[in-house]
Amino acid sequence: MPQTTSRPTVIAADQLTKRYGDFTAVDAISFEVPAGESFGLLGPNGAGKSTTMRMIGGVSQRSGGTLRIMGLDPEEQGPEVRAHLGVVPQEDNLDQELKVRDNLIVYGRYFGLPLSYLRPKADELLDFAQLTDKANARVEDLSGGMKRRLTIARSLINDPRVLLLDEPTTGLDPQARHILWDRLFRLKERGVTLILTTHYMDEAEQLCDRLIVVDRGRIMAEGSPSALIRQYSTREVLELRFGADRNAGAAEAVEGIGERIEVLPDRLLVYAHDGEAALEAIGNRGLSPLTSLVRRSSLEDVFLRLTGRSLIE
Amino acid sequence: MSLVRDADLQLTADRRPFASLYSRNVRAVIVRGLVATKTSNAAIMISGFVEPVLYLLSMGIGLGALIGTVQGPDGTEISYAAYIAPALLTVSAMNGALYDSTMNVFFKMNYAKLYQNMLYTSLGPLDVALGEIFLALLRGFLYATGFTIVMAAMGLITTWWALLMVPAAVLIAFGFASIGMGITSYIRTFQQLDWVTFIMLPMFLFSATFYPLSVYPEPIQWLIQALPLWHGVELLRQLSVGSFGVMTAVHLLYYVLMVIVGMTLTTRRLRALFLK
Repeated sequence: MPQTTSRPTVIAADQLTKRYGDFTAVDAISFEVPAGESFGLLGPNGAGKSTTMRMIGGVSQRSGGTLRIMGLDPEEQGPEVRAHLGVVPQEDNLDQELKVRDNLIVYGRYFGLPLSYLRPKADELLDFAQLTDKANARVEDLSGGMKRRLTIARSLINDPRVLLLDEPTTGLDPQARHILWDRLFRLKERGVTLILTTHYMDEAEQLCDRLIVVDRGRIMAEGSPSALIRQYSTREVLELRFGADRNAGAAEAVEGIGERIEVLPDRLLVYAHDGEAALEAIGNRGLSPLTSLVRRSSLEDVFLRLTGRSLIE
Repeated sequence: MSLVRDADLQLTADRRPFASLYSRNVRAVIVRGLVATKTSNAAIMISGFVEPVLYLLSMGIGLGALIGTVQGPDGTEISYAAYIAPALLTVSAMNGALYDSTMNVFFKMNYAKLYQNMLYTSLGPLDVALGEIFLALLRGFLYATGFTIVMAAMGLITTWWALLMVPAAVLIAFGFASIGMGITSYIRTFQQLDWVTFIMLPMFLFSATFYPLSVYPEPIQWLIQALPLWHGVELLRQLSVGSFGVMTAVHLLYYVLMVIVGMTLTTRRLRALFLK
């Protein structure tokens, strides 16, 4: 991302901490996001991603550290910062007492925007979210995918300069996810800075220029998806299934092939530069797995390497 | 949508007082309440009006037939219905205001997540609190107006002074709503809200609502007189017949102080209430 180095910093977090009683949800994390970047927070449930997002939005008070959003502290200047922020929370908190189109217009009024701007804007966003024919429907009558699209449309009502997306595609079917990704790409092209949390590897790889891997409130690694894969994994992964009871035993027999072996409850992962070659070597040792699969390394492997645990448990 | 430029990404701080909590946009919260009422809650609105009217019919006409007349605030005899009607109006102002500022706020906060999505916009918690209190008062105003019309239709109103019951009921509602929202900031579970009801019911029954304070021994009288509902009941009762005295000013002052204390408490607790 050569162009990002010269652009201003949109978000600067330094030693950002959030404690609830004895529990530390976010443990002194530091990161910076330059303008126009698509920045991801990747981690399992409970890693502290949503709490970080809430502190960025100024709706959760931090316990320590500093935070600057477009130069301002969101705790001291909440209304001013949020005027330029779009937020897609993890759960769709649409206004159930309002109709679909009113959800957009009323939300726009929270920003103090005039109706002369909001009426055409609402129609434009309904079109963007493919909900034009649902404009007068009740929110409870929408499908899960429609609600998610409406929540995202709503977050754009104020033409935000920074968009926060907390698990934007959780619960969406594959087609709906691709539509959404496309919409996010278009926003990025307009220079909107995207901050998103996800526990989907493919999403992070598709959408993020750069990401931090978070676990138990701490940053485990930071970099672009491809750099993280290069640093913490091999080019390819060979997945082997020997049957539930025999995976652990087979691991000893496979020892020495590839750079590293990971034993999961249901399969063996052999990390190797060349997966096919590794599979051949295993055949030469007289081992015959029930199934085998060679794939490219993903962020899932990075996460496994860093934490010893899967992302989705 | 336009392109985001670098210059757009350096915001200037807002130096007004309360900039972290207030964006001078209470109106948006009020508009939301009105649109939601129109779309979803019209039926609930009507039930709040009917309740005190049912009490008035049952107790005023039913019990009233047994009791006949009682001594009014200015010493003259008035019908039992005319005696309890201002008290019922006070109780309804209290109930409505407390319901809106405790249960309703708690539900919208923790279950409907309404405030969550308001607070992710440029609204601050003070906008939300003021908007919600205004809506509660607007509702109280409509109920009080309706109830006063019913009183007039039943022949229970004999003076123009009685019209002042409407703004007075709104003041009473303001007092309870501002305190109620402050209390809600300390509440963590729905069960704790039962305590609010636990205090409201005896206040309703014993604050000289259905009979004069003089039936109690003196220590009990002092206790009742310390509680807010009694002041409201007495205030409206005096207004209903146009009989004023020093105590009228005391009752009014009681509620003005209640509003000041309640709003101070609520403003101080805004972060605890809305920003966890």
